[in-house]
Amino acid sequence: MTLAAGANDPILPRPYRVHRVQKETSDTFTLELRPEAGQASFPFAAGQFNMLYVLGVGEVPISISGDPGLPQSLVHTTRSVGAVTKGMGRLQRGDAIGVRGPFGTPWPIEAAAGNDVVFVAGGIGLAPLRPALYQVMARREAYGRVVLLYGARTPEDILFRRQLKEWRADFDLEVHVTVDRATRDWRGNVGVVTHLIPRVPFDPYHTVAMVCGPEVMMRYTVMELERRGVQLEDVHVSLERNMKCGVGFCGHCQMGPKFVCKDGPVFPFEKVRDLLNVREV
Amino acid sequence: MQTLEPLIAEHPFMKGLRPEQIAMITGCASNARFEAGTYLFREGQEADQFYILRKGRIAIEAFSPAQGPVTIQTIDDGDILGWSWLVPPYRWRFDALATELTRVIALDGRCLRTKCETDHELGYELLKRFADVMAERLDATRMQLLDLFAEKPVRGGRR
Repeated sequence: MTLAAGANDPILPRPYRVHRVQKETSDTFTLELRPEAGQASFPFAAGQFNMLYVLGVGEVPISISGDPGLPQSLVHTTRSVGAVTKGMGRLQRGDAIGVRGPFGTPWPIEAAAGNDVVFVAGGIGLAPLRPALYQVMARREAYGRVVLLYGARTPEDILFRRQLKEWRADFDLEVHVTVDRATRDWRGNVGVVTHLIPRVPFDPYHTVAMVCGPEVMMRYTVMELERRGVQLEDVHVSLERNMKCGVGFCGHCQMGPKFVCKDGPVFPFEKVRDLLNVREV
Repeated sequence: MQTLEPLIAEHPFMKGLRPEQIAMITGCASNARFEAGTYLFREGQEADQFYILRKGRIAIEAFSPAQGPVTIQTIDDGDILGWSWLVPPYRWRFDALATELTRVIALDGRCLRTKCETDHELGYELLKRFADVMAERLDATRMQLLDLFAEKPVRGGRR
């Protein structure tokens, strides 16, 4: 099967090849994709996602987890959970894959300049935040304290472990990791990520928070940030809904008056707080 | 000799207490240190103290024969450890292990219970504060029980 070069058509996948596959944890992996020879890459913003099409299997929305400063490579990190992501996990260097995108709204990187920045990630939610971390680290002097609070299921489930260590050492990134459960071998924090919020130094009145993880975790995180004094208009969350077309045509990801694919996935919390409390939107 | 009173008065847990209440609490307080690898208490033992962590880390553990010791939560600088001294039958529900050199202010639960029985205002103030600690632990436990990070993403989710 071949793919047309859908440079200007958001519905048409562009042909890419797998350049590198990196196993991250027992069930997560990172794919580095490059355009087919002769095809141009495209720029993207931190927080956006692509629709990745595994030939003959199907298409899924996956957040970009790579550096927006290096758009010639598209990097995506995901978990093998369904038919498509399992198929994606079996891809090897040189295999073809279709890419539509980039879609969606970005993290407020520029607006956060001059403030402390608090990233709160849960589980695989660190992947959509990593492009924002790249950008903040690239202009580290433009920000005050930069803190990453990261909750994982177990120590074995911690993503991007080596990179987090490097950022902590080289770029004055304060990293606090906690896991839900651990044996004695683990010397770090055990408990929920919200437990870390009152314990880290940042100026709540001059802080922009970017939060990504399971929705329950994000709701509790926002409560804790608010309790700490962070203004809700400075809290941004990345939502996850059943995205299909990526451009607001199909309505699969509609959430009340909003389409998560087009109006999100990154929203100021204030804009979605009421919608998050509705069980069936 | 320096008294523990200023340290206790400055702790956020004690914020809002009157000086005479701080003095009463200080009367039940002592300094303690635990080397890494030592237990502050074990499940089932009499719960006769609570702790303000000044520096260090404590792992709250449960032991099961199948899994061995499992860490449920870690407690760090500034945290409060222990509420079983307040609730009959006054026995610890879990083990508490110092995972590094840990310095604490230990507060004698029996001494405090006696003072709270005679000074209900102090008792109410302490109960309010411990209710906060317990609510936070309950929230955390509920979130851990949900095992959120093991969940499949929303169908068609991006992560």
